[in-house]
Amino acid sequence: MYSLPEHPVRTVLAIAGLLVLAQTHAGRAARAPGGGVPRDEQARELSQDAPEVSVDRSTVGRSGIGTVPDAVQIGGWSSAVSPDGRNLPGGRGSVHEGEIVFDHECAGCHGVFGEGVAGYPRLASEDKLTGNRPERAVGNFWPYATTLWDYIDRAMPFAAPHSLTPSQVYAVTAYVLNLNELVPDDFLADKDSLPRIVMPNRDGFILHDPRPDTHDEACMTACRPPDAVRIAATAEGSTVTPRETGPLDPMGRQ
Amino acid sequence: MTDDAHPHQPGSPAVTEPPGRPLRIGRRGLGGRAAVAAGAGLFATSGLRHAARPAPPRAGAAPPADPAWSRELGPGVDDHPYGQPSRYVRDVIRRPVPWLTQTTESSVSFTPLQDQPGIITANGLFFTRDHAGRPDVDPATHRLLIHGLVDRPLLLSLADLQRFPSVSVIHFIECPANGATEWRGAQLDSLQFTHGMIGCAEWTGVRLSTLLEETGLGRQARWLLAEGADGAHMDRSLPLAKCLDDCIVAYGQNGEALRPEQGFPLRLLVPGWQGSLNVKWLRRLEVGAAPWYSREDIVDYTEPMPGGLARAFDWVLYAKSVITYPCPERRLAGAGRYELRGLAWSGKGRIRQVDISLDGGVNWQHATLQAPVLPKALTRFTLPWSWDGRPALLQSRAVDETGFVQPTISELRTVRGSGPIYNNNAIQTWQVKPDGRVFSVQLA
Repeated sequence: MYSLPEHPVRTVLAIAGLLVLAQTHAGRAARAPGGGVPRDEQARELSQDAPEVSVDRSTVGRSGIGTVPDAVQIGGWSSAVSPDGRNLPGGRGSVHEGEIVFDHECAGCHGVFGEGVAGYPRLASEDKLTGNRPERAVGNFWPYATTLWDYIDRAMPFAAPHSLTPSQVYAVTAYVLNLNELVPDDFLADKDSLPRIVMPNRDGFILHDPRPDTHDEACMTACRPPDAVRIAATAEGSTVTPRETGPLDPMGRQ
Repeated sequence: MTDDAHPHQPGSPAVTEPPGRPLRIGRRGLGGRAAVAAGAGLFATSGLRHAARPAPPRAGAAPPADPAWSRELGPGVDDHPYGQPSRYVRDVIRRPVPWLTQTTESSVSFTPLQDQPGIITANGLFFTRDHAGRPDVDPATHRLLIHGLVDRPLLLSLADLQRFPSVSVIHFIECPANGATEWRGAQLDSLQFTHGMIGCAEWTGVRLSTLLEETGLGRQARWLLAEGADGAHMDRSLPLAKCLDDCIVAYGQNGEALRPEQGFPLRLLVPGWQGSLNVKWLRRLEVGAAPWYSREDIVDYTEPMPGGLARAFDWVLYAKSVITYPCPERRLAGAGRYELRGLAWSGKGRIRQVDISLDGGVNWQHATLQAPVLPKALTRFTLPWSWDGRPALLQSRAVDETGFVQPTISELRTVRGSGPIYNNNAIQTWQVKPDGRVFSVQLA
């Protein structure tokens, strides 16, 4: 265990966290695998589960190492957007404006209608999620529209991230939502409208890990009848196994 | 052995000797000359090093022999300032599965476990999973920003970070998609491609708790967002309790700086939890009250279950093991004595026991765990085996310190269906044929 004087924050949190997590997992086992618990309720539970923070402020700034960034420095990087819309910037974009940006910047991979091209992600789908390995597109899977804004803003276009203006990101977000028939053609995306969108799969997640969900025992002898041992699938002759993908490392050959 | 019985061949450009009777200087004589030369300037090795002369064969051409490298002067210490593996192991490399991804920039390259002798994965062979290519980060301008629900936000350079108290820990990192291709059946006939999204290293860095004591934590602080400096700006939400328990901000890996493939100059290490949380090229840590539900949190690294709901936030990597010798890439040479070898690991702690079956899971015997047995680290296991040359179905089964027993693929499918991508920790079956070839199979 940690010594309290040296690691006050970690100690209190770690101990409290382990206890609380253990209790909540035990209490939740009865309804595993968690079906039907509304996501908002789970989110509340997630926050309540999290242990109280007990801070000994004597450690703050103790080493004096590093610098304290100002608001401008923090603002330059702090872009993660959460479901409540915090950190969404000013600007706005329409479905029509988004279509223009999308056709130019996105359709090459994602398809003009968001159908996905050459294995790149499909963006639009109303497929049910009960099939075998269902396609996870925005309309049928993503729980928050804010996640869409955040991802486009931080990572897209694939080859040129951080090249779109906030209003362009709003516009593309509006267009992708419209492709999924989640917003009307005259929808305007901005920092107020995006957090209010209720996505179809918002409650489709199990946020508490229901594992272990297998409960084998380490049987040692006669664990199954020998004649029950049968090969159900083999990779022998598999044509999808790469043999020599390379190039082999030249290792500085002269 | 005297010089007469074992003539050295340092050669001398000034003296012509008939083949087979080179000038005999001997080690003592060479040392004496070198000592003199060192006083006068550089020892001219270029004049001494040349192709081995045809010598009277002291042994046959086949091993045991006296080959060329035993009869010549090798290169000096300065020709490879950064050492290289032997050119004879040039095929021990990371490899991708080209059809798995649309691009090489958002893709994965697998560790060659079939050639890993111990628990530590060589830095050049450690699997790499990137989301927007591998950035070329200059540590002089890279910064780590810690902010959000803290009392005192902090901006740190690499040099700043390296002033804090440091720790070294040995842990594995495994992508939760390790084995993804095998959920629907035995597809890839390879250890490297079925299990190679894992590596184990000694990591050196600063405990996250040390940094958060320096910044302080607000009353509502419960979660932490980690963000990378790559084009994906990869971001993941983590519960603060885990961060304060055992996470570190790492700058060292196996005796050197992180490789660019592993996040140079900084990465987050989240021991025992899914690999994508170990954010590479780490540049920002934000403390908050709730998860951010980034795409990687709630879309990518989630698992739709047969009922239609998807599991998310299932971060822990459960116990798993695999026999690394023999394997499809390393067949047997014929009946006889062997040592079965493998690797086991658990994200929940130490490996307690590994059992091996030779008959497809009917009977099992305990393998020997090889020290060190460390929590959340690869653990080596071995078992002597006299192979009679008959068909065999080899399996290994790990049990960790929580008592969790590694399941079969059938048991996993009963609970999760055959649609999943992640968290395949099933027992692997290697089919050994009488000719010594080894194939990946799945049992009913």
